[in-house]
Amino acid sequence: MSSSTSRRSYGVKGAPYGFLLPATILFALFFALPIGYAVWLSFRKVHVSGLGLGPGARQEVWAGLENYTGAFRDSELLDGALRVLGYGCVVVPVMLGLALLFALMLDSDRVRLAPFTRLAIFLPYAIPGVVAALLWGFLYLPDVSPFYFVLDRLGLPQPDLLDGGPLYLALSNIAVWGGTGFNMIVIYTSLRSIPAEVYEAAKLDGATPLQIALRIKIPMVAPSLVLTFFFSIIATLQVFNEPTTLKPLTNSVNTTWSPLMKVYQDAFGRNDIYSAAAEATLIAVVTLLLSFGFLRAANRRNKQEAAG
Amino acid sequence: MPHTKRRRLVTTAVAVSLGATALAACGSEDGSKAESGPVSLTYWTWTPGMDKVVDLWNKGPGKKDQITVTVKKQASGDTLVTKILTAHKAKKAPDLVQAEYQALPTLVSNDALADISGEVGDVKDKFAEGVWQQTTLGTDAVYAVPQDIGPMMFYYREDLFKQYGLKVPTTWEQFAETARRLKKKAPDKDLTTFSANDSGLFAGLAQQAGAKWWTTSGDKWKVGIDDAATQKVARFWGGLVKEGVVDNQPMYTPSWNKALNTGKQIAWVSAVWAPGTLNTAAPDTKGKWAMAPLPQWSLDQDVTGSWGGSSTAVTTDSAHKEAAAKFATWLNTDHDALNALAKEGGIYPASTSAQLSGAFSNPPAYFSNQADFYTRAAGIAKTTAPSAWGPNVNVAYTSFKDAFGAAAKNKSDFAAALKTMQDDTVADMKKQGFEVSQ
Repeated sequence: MSSSTSRRSYGVKGAPYGFLLPATILFALFFALPIGYAVWLSFRKVHVSGLGLGPGARQEVWAGLENYTGAFRDSELLDGALRVLGYGCVVVPVMLGLALLFALMLDSDRVRLAPFTRLAIFLPYAIPGVVAALLWGFLYLPDVSPFYFVLDRLGLPQPDLLDGGPLYLALSNIAVWGGTGFNMIVIYTSLRSIPAEVYEAAKLDGATPLQIALRIKIPMVAPSLVLTFFFSIIATLQVFNEPTTLKPLTNSVNTTWSPLMKVYQDAFGRNDIYSAAAEATLIAVVTLLLSFGFLRAANRRNKQEAAG
Repeated sequence: MPHTKRRRLVTTAVAVSLGATALAACGSEDGSKAESGPVSLTYWTWTPGMDKVVDLWNKGPGKKDQITVTVKKQASGDTLVTKILTAHKAKKAPDLVQAEYQALPTLVSNDALADISGEVGDVKDKFAEGVWQQTTLGTDAVYAVPQDIGPMMFYYREDLFKQYGLKVPTTWEQFAETARRLKKKAPDKDLTTFSANDSGLFAGLAQQAGAKWWTTSGDKWKVGIDDAATQKVARFWGGLVKEGVVDNQPMYTPSWNKALNTGKQIAWVSAVWAPGTLNTAAPDTKGKWAMAPLPQWSLDQDVTGSWGGSSTAVTTDSAHKEAAAKFATWLNTDHDALNALAKEGGIYPASTSAQLSGAFSNPPAYFSNQADFYTRAAGIAKTTAPSAWGPNVNVAYTSFKDAFGAAAKNKSDFAAALKTMQDDTVADMKKQGFEVSQ
């Protein structure tokens, strides 16, 4: 053993790189390369000469920042972002609020049928987003919806859920219905990991269940709340399934309703993958900034609290 | 084809993965130049039952010539155009593709379609001139063989028209009057709807009015979407929507099906393929509908537009253009092939001789009350106005859906929506580098 010290030290030196190699290759092949290619495409464009008919009429040329300036100037992309912002302002608070409420209720001592209830709340998450959107879409259409039938019979007003402001509620409802269960499970799991001694101590001090929930449980699951909020922001920025599925049912959802729908439309509707690549890059950058900005803000607060 | 359009509800929502495209793009590239020896061709199509029609070829003429065709079922319309272009970028497009007429300039402009004028011979005479002209794009080249067409017609509930004392309109003015009279007699009913979710309908109506959306002069394109003829059509429908005498909700929705099935909407401006769509949308009203020619802009005219229809094209990636062109010609001109296409795929053939024979001797089951359905259809097909497609129809169509969708919803100015459509189309062409004249 001792005689081969020099050789072994050489081997040890190279070992970390050897172990890193598979991960590096996978990272380069399936992460860096496709993203790099998309960024490369975003700086290209097609140039047509003459009538553009026949061979050789179309050439891929360097575009510089043209696709990016185009994306910034395109009001439809900004409008889409604003629409998604409005949608997110409904979805995120409602979904996380409900998830926290359900998790706390399931965690309370007096709850019955907890496993069944947990499953029932979680189940919509298992339904594919497209199917969920189709299902709700049918329920929103006045002529085929049982809700409208009941409202009609009771002589109540029948709002048009596929238009104007209510459209945002209708779309949000689909996301909330599908996402609450998942977030509830995340929060609930972290609630279960709180040591029982903490509750005992609180009870001995005379805390009511409500006080335990507000003063002990919620602060202790704050990291999971941050995590679910983080996930929800990303999911909101990427909304695509619900509006795309509802689009054929109403005039109010256009082909570029959300930024991702605009990317899809540019890539596959207009066959302009270059603009689509530029827009996709922009969306990715904004998503990164927003989500990590939020994480940093949350971390800073935690540190301040720990220090104070 | 319209009955597949409702399926887009699902298919568009499912993300298109490039991986799937690459998998499906297993074109035959054995590089043999001479057309002797066995040849195998791949064919992308969305026509239902096409595999059975191709079986006829593989067991008959194809066996003799040692040309075997394999069908790969695809999604319809625009989705397939995207897929062909993607496959073509990798030089892996299949030998044969199905393409709607309005998609041909886009495909040709991307150099995806081969000129088969030397291979198809004298098939030109088998088709109406207006149909054939769409496959040549006004040049000496031939980029496809016409398969099916969609001449537009007026469909109405015969029983309800009688009940409300309405006459079948022969001019658009009468059409508007009919809509108003119906609204007066039955306020909860509509003659029809102005739907903004199928641009083909509006394009066909504009075509009937004499619009030429894309034309060329020299090396320049001219976009005439906002021309006088189309403005007339836009203002007409915009007026009806604003007046509230026709509905403004989209077609192909569960609501629309119900409205047709329960007689809430009692007419539909559609095309020759309507029986298939009505059969699924309004099964309870079978035998109660009748077909008439499209209303005209003036009494001395007899012209219709077309909505739908497609062709068979050979791609530039095919190593066997001659064999592929031979199959495309057989498929769209042979009596047995067209008969099988009509039976299995429910298509209305572009070939004029096939429009009155075989499967088209009897009316469709849904219209069993109208014995001369196909005789009249063939007569109407003859009056189809020429169409003028350009290299970015997809952009114009999307712009239509968004701009007219919003205008129909708000019951606002349709002329402004038309202007948006024109501007979007021109801007996109200029962005791509096309020369566009004002």
